[in-house]
Amino acid sequence: MSKVITLSEAINEYVNNGDTIYAAGFTHLIPFAAGHEIIRQGIRNLTLARATPDLIYDQMVAAGCASKVIFSYMGNPGVGSLHIVRSQIETGRLEWEEYSHFGMITRLQAGAAGLPFMPMKQTAAVDLEMMNPNYRRVLDPYSGEEVVVVPALNPDVAIVHVQRADENGNAHIWGITGEQREAAFASSKVILTAEEIVDQKTIRSDPNRTLIPGIIVDAVCHVPFAAHPSYTQGYYDRDNTFYLEWDKISRSAESVQAYLEEWVYGVQNRREYVHKLGPEVRDRLRVEERLSTPVNYGKY
Amino acid sequence: MTQNSSFTSPELLTINASRLLRDGDVVFVGVGLPNLACNLAMRTHAPNLLLIYEAGVIGAQPARLPLSIGDPTLVSGAAAVCSMYDIFALYLQRGKVDVGFMGGAQIDRFCNINATVIGDYQQPKVRLPGSGGSKEIAAWANRCYIITYHQKRRFPEKVDFRTSAGFLSSRSERESIGLRGGGPQAVVTDIGIMEPDHTGELVLAALHPGASVEQAKANTGWDLKVADDLRLTEPPSQVELQILHEELDPDGIYIK
Repeated sequence: MSKVITLSEAINEYVNNGDTIYAAGFTHLIPFAAGHEIIRQGIRNLTLARATPDLIYDQMVAAGCASKVIFSYMGNPGVGSLHIVRSQIETGRLEWEEYSHFGMITRLQAGAAGLPFMPMKQTAAVDLEMMNPNYRRVLDPYSGEEVVVVPALNPDVAIVHVQRADENGNAHIWGITGEQREAAFASSKVILTAEEIVDQKTIRSDPNRTLIPGIIVDAVCHVPFAAHPSYTQGYYDRDNTFYLEWDKISRSAESVQAYLEEWVYGVQNRREYVHKLGPEVRDRLRVEERLSTPVNYGKY
Repeated sequence: MTQNSSFTSPELLTINASRLLRDGDVVFVGVGLPNLACNLAMRTHAPNLLLIYEAGVIGAQPARLPLSIGDPTLVSGAAAVCSMYDIFALYLQRGKVDVGFMGGAQIDRFCNINATVIGDYQQPKVRLPGSGGSKEIAAWANRCYIITYHQKRRFPEKVDFRTSAGFLSSRSERESIGLRGGGPQAVVTDIGIMEPDHTGELVLAALHPGASVEQAKANTGWDLKVADDLRLTEPPSQVELQILHEELDPDGIYIK
């Protein structure tokens, strides 16, 4: 059965006030279109979990969607500080819960595997472990040595952008795969946005590339350019100019409000956003083709 | 930095860091100067360096200067790509990484690093980005190197927060915990190179051409000791400078 609906319908149906959201993607495939739609729908009191909050959570926090962030690296990647999340933490306006990258994704891995917690080796850097009571220690019953454990993270909703999916939600992802698969399996509901909706035959031509199977997907939304200003491997490049620009915009409440008015509230959906970006930006971010050598699955 | 040096700080940092890498090393790379140092080493004395990135890329051969840790140029032409869980678990925790590069706002006398907070954790004066991969890299890579500018505020006696472990309060304290990684090996600055002594304390081990011991002491927040066999680093060569400026960072984004 087709799960294809509009992104606006998907957010309205599956994202509720107070939910814990994991908008996945490590630098790559960040689902900005979905973040903007959540802002437009005025959803409140979200707990926003992501290894790197990135600009998407900076914008959602600025728009008043969040009461808490869970993260492991809070910066504007390759640029500097993430001003809005940072200043709200510094002034006590935003709750936070912090891990290292490995601690964060180990939580997701446990959640995805249906385990209550997962162990990691010790690192001897215990300050964060003392500040965050979710970090605990247990004895390895085999060696008797201490290991560090973190509890499963099971978000209410994962939002994952992919290169292509069929209408059932079987999705191909390539390039940096970050924590896409783990976030999807760990969450109760999964919303996919896809650059392309393809027929089943395309997906079945390369089953090893299906990182997310349709059985865990609730909604499939066709949203080209959904990851801008981040990127989609093979489709368009990261808009580094915008990442630099956000460093300036995010320093004042007025310019953030003006940005949200123009680029989020001022457009109906991602199609209008892309149209508004214009051909120059799309040309600047275009990438040259570099195809892989096909593999032979064989006829059996 | 030094007024009588004809080299810029980023040149000195990158070139001296690159020389610490050995051919065949598996290196956990960050963006910016560490990335340049690794790519420089690959083009000079260490052609068989294997670059791995925390985004899950193994054997990257970036065709352009990567501007973020997850730049798509790291993927195109790489030997392998895996999930973030796999890169930290199968590669780093399992013990497949020789070298890690670290950075941070504060580095203390025993090379513990703070990338989390200045002031109190709950009521931060300055909130920094946090650990990212560094908590585990510092513990589990065989050798760690730090590249940073030599300024007093960056080198306090004690860090406000230990984001990642150097030698804690002594080499024997780190050893007693039994971490698989050997810990910090060197801190490359624009004045010289600091290395841990037998107790784990960072001492001045080398000076760049034109820099002085007084300068190093004045820019360090503890009473910096000087190694008995204080060395002088070789000045950057024409070949190294040319590769950096013409091939690796032609737009001068990191190397001025």
